[in-house]
Amino acid sequence: MEVIIHTKKDIVYITIQGSIDSKTAGDLQARIMEKLADTSKVILNFTSVDFLSSAGLRILLMLYRQLNANGGKVLLVGVSEEICDVMSMTGFINFFELFDTIENAENQLN
Amino acid sequence: MTKFDTRIDFYPTNEHQGIKYRRGRVLPFGSTLVPNGVNFSIYSSAATSCTLVLFRKNGATPFAEIPLPDEFRVGNVYAIIVFGLDYENIEYGYRMDGPYDPQNGHRFNKDIILSDPYAKAIGGRDVWRDVTNLDRLYPFRSRLVFDDFDWEEDNPLETPMEDLIIYEIHVRGFTAHQSSGVRHRGTFAAIREKIPYLLDLGINCIELMPIYEFDEYEHSRENPETAELLVNYWGYSTLNFFAPKAGYAATGKYGMAVDELKTLVKELHRNGIEVILDVVFNHTAEGDHRGPTISFKGVDNKTYYMLTPDGYYFNFSGTGNTLNCNHPVVRSMVLDCLRYWASEYHIDGFRFDLASILGRAQDGSPLNNPPLLESLAYDPILAKCKLIAEAWDAGGLYQVGAFPAYGRWAEWNGKYRDTIRKFLKGEKNTVGQLSQCMQGSPEMYICRDTTAGINFITCHDGFTLYDLFAYNSKHNEANGENNQDGNDDNDSWNCGCEGETDDAGVNFLRNKQIKNALAILMLSQGVPMILMGDEMGRTQYGNNNTYCHDNELNWLDWALIEKNSDLFAFARHIINFRRQHPVLRNKEHYRNRDYKNSGYADITFHGTKAWYADWSETNTVFAFMLDGHHAKNGFVQDNTIYVAINMYWDALDFDLPQLSENRKWHVAINTAMAHPDSFYPHNEEPVLNDQHSFIVGARSVVVLVGK
Repeated sequence: MEVIIHTKKDIVYITIQGSIDSKTAGDLQARIMEKLADTSKVILNFTSVDFLSSAGLRILLMLYRQLNANGGKVLLVGVSEEICDVMSMTGFINFFELFDTIENAENQLN
Repeated sequence: MTKFDTRIDFYPTNEHQGIKYRRGRVLPFGSTLVPNGVNFSIYSSAATSCTLVLFRKNGATPFAEIPLPDEFRVGNVYAIIVFGLDYENIEYGYRMDGPYDPQNGHRFNKDIILSDPYAKAIGGRDVWRDVTNLDRLYPFRSRLVFDDFDWEEDNPLETPMEDLIIYEIHVRGFTAHQSSGVRHRGTFAAIREKIPYLLDLGINCIELMPIYEFDEYEHSRENPETAELLVNYWGYSTLNFFAPKAGYAATGKYGMAVDELKTLVKELHRNGIEVILDVVFNHTAEGDHRGPTISFKGVDNKTYYMLTPDGYYFNFSGTGNTLNCNHPVVRSMVLDCLRYWASEYHIDGFRFDLASILGRAQDGSPLNNPPLLESLAYDPILAKCKLIAEAWDAGGLYQVGAFPAYGRWAEWNGKYRDTIRKFLKGEKNTVGQLSQCMQGSPEMYICRDTTAGINFITCHDGFTLYDLFAYNSKHNEANGENNQDGNDDNDSWNCGCEGETDDAGVNFLRNKQIKNALAILMLSQGVPMILMGDEMGRTQYGNNNTYCHDNELNWLDWALIEKNSDLFAFARHIINFRRQHPVLRNKEHYRNRDYKNSGYADITFHGTKAWYADWSETNTVFAFMLDGHHAKNGFVQDNTIYVAINMYWDALDFDLPQLSENRKWHVAINTAMAHPDSFYPHNEEPVLNDQHSFIVGARSVVVLVGK
C-alpha cells in the first residue's frame, strides 16, 4: 500500500494505492491521524485502491468519526464498483459521500 | 518520542517458533482482540494439555503450534495472549490431549485440530456450496471478528408481543430464485433489498431459520432419480453457536458476514421489523459415536453431550446426539451465546428448536424446574427478548400448554395448527376447539396471556399452505427415502384432486381455502406466524420435508405474485386488517363480560342464529363478535368486528347481532367472492343493505365491521 498526502488550501488530500487490510491499516491510520489535527476537510482518493478489508473499512469509519466530532467532512472519490458494493452490504457506505472526480468532491466542500 | 504502552500485560513474556505470547485472561472464553494481540481462552474439564494451533487464512498447514504452559491454566481453563498476529488473516484451533475412554465419556485425540466452541466466526464454508475446502486439514476453522460495529441509534425494537406478525424465512430460499431480482441472491444483503416488500406485505417481524454456521454438505448424497446433490439445506445442525453462516453473506468470501448481518438487522429495525432467530441448542453437527470430531467432542465430550451410562450418545433430537443443556457449563455457554446475539447483533428474540430438550436433566429425564429455562427467563440482558419454544422433542416429550414458562416463554402452538387444519377440511367436532384457538387458547394458557401462543397453520416443517389444500398425502420421493420420511398426519385436503389440476372449480376452492386459513390466522388472538411464500401460493409439490433441497422446491418463486395476484392482494389486506384493528390484538384473555359498560361483552359467540353458538359435534359453522370498546383490553377504542365462518359445503344464512348507537354493519372481507370483491380497503367497506342477516357462502369466511 502506498499513501500520498498533500494539503491544498484547507483540504487534505489522501491518495491511496493498493490494498487496505489489517497489515496496512495501522500504518495508514498513523499517517492519516497526524494530519487530522490541522483540518476538517478530507478527500480520500480511492481510484487506485483494489481491496478494502474489514480493518480497512474500520479505518474509514474512524476517520469519519474523528472528523465528524469536530464538524468536519470526509469525501470519497473514485471508489470501485466492487468496493462500493461491499461498503453497501456492510453498512459502511451510509457514513460517506461518494464522488466520481476530485473536482466534484471539491465543489461539495466549497 | 516513542509512546510507551501503559500496562505490563501489553508485552509478551514468552516466545515459541518466533511467536510471542504471555499468560492470558481466562474470561471471556473464546478469542478477544486486546491491545497488541489476541486473548485466547478455552475450557476443558478433563484435558491434560492444550495446544493453540495457528493457520494463515486458508493455509494448508499450521504456521505455528504453541503448547500452553501449565502455568497458563487456571482451574480447567487455558488462556494465552498471542502478540503480533495479523488478526484478519489468521485461523486458529486447538489440540486437546487427554484420555480416550468412550465408556467413561472421554474422546480426546490430539491428532485432531478442534474448533473453538466460542469462536465468533468459522472459516470453511465462506461461500454457499463452495467445494474448495471439502477435504482440507481442519475443515471448520475458528476466526477472529471485529466487535465494534457502529449501531448509531439502533436498539432492539421491543414491539409488544401481541402486536407481532411473524414471517418465517429461510435466508437462502427467500431470494435464491432468479425471479427475486436482487443483486446477491440468497444472502443477508438480499433480504435487505426486500425490505420494501416486507413492509408492503405488512409483517413486522422476520424469523430466520438457522443462521448459525453449519455445513451444507453434511450427509450430502445424490438423489437416486435425478442425480442432483441433496444437501443440508435447512441448516438444523450447528457447527458453532456464535458464528453466523458465512455462506449466507454476500461478503462471506471477504470475511465480512458479521458486518453484513448486523447491517441487515439495523436496516430492518429502522423499518420497524424485528428479527427472531431460530436457534438449535438441542444438538450439534458432530452426530453420534460414528460422527466427526469437529469441536465439542474433542474439547470436552463429557461436558457438552448427554451420554448413556456406557458412554454412547442420547438421541432426543433424532439427529445422533443431544447437547447437555443442563450441565452448568453448557448452560453458561447457551446463556453467553444468547447474550452475545442480543447485545452484539441486536436480535429481538429467539425461537428454540426442540426446546423440550432444554428441560431435560443430564440423564435425559424431564426436569420440573429446568435451570436453563429459568436462567434464560430471568436473565437481565435477555429481559426484553422474545423467547419462543418449540415445546416438544424427538424423544417423545410434548409440552404445548405445559412448557415451563416462568411468565416469559411463549410456545409454537402446535394444537392451533392441528385444530385449524382439521376444521378447514370440514372435520366434525372441531368448533369448540376452533373457538379456543381463535381466542388465544385460554384453555391452555389460562394463567398466561394470549401471547403465550404463537399461532401458525404452516411452517418450514410440513406442507406449505397451498399444498395443504392440494395434497391429501405427502410426496417426498425426491428426498430419496422412498417417501418414508416426513410426517404422515398432515390434516390436509386436496379439494378433490391430488396435485396440480386445470379444474377451475378445484382451483377456486383451493384459493378460497388458503384465504380462509389466512383470515382465521389473522383474526385469532395470540401471535400469528406466516410461512414465507404462503401469501402468494408457494408450492413444494406435496413434499412436506424439504430439508435437503437446494432448488426450486424451496426457493421462493417471485413470479407467483403475478400468477396468484388475487391471493397476494388478499393476504396483504388481511395482514393489514389485523394491524388496523387493535381489537384483534388483546394481550389478556377475554373475560366474557362487559367490563366497559358498552352494552356488549368483550367477546360474544354466535352461529347461524345470533347469540346462539352451536357447539354440537356435527356443526361446522362458527361466528363471534368482538366489541370495539374492549379493544386492547378496554384501553383503546376500535370498531366492533363480527366474524362468520362457514365450513359447511353449502351457503348458509347468518342472523346478525344488532349494533347499538346507530352503528351499521359494513362488509370488510368475504372469501366466497371472487377478486376484487373478496375484501374492501380500510374505510371503504360498503354498508350492508340488510342489517339483519347475511348469506355466508360455502366454506367461506366473512368479516363485518360495525361502525
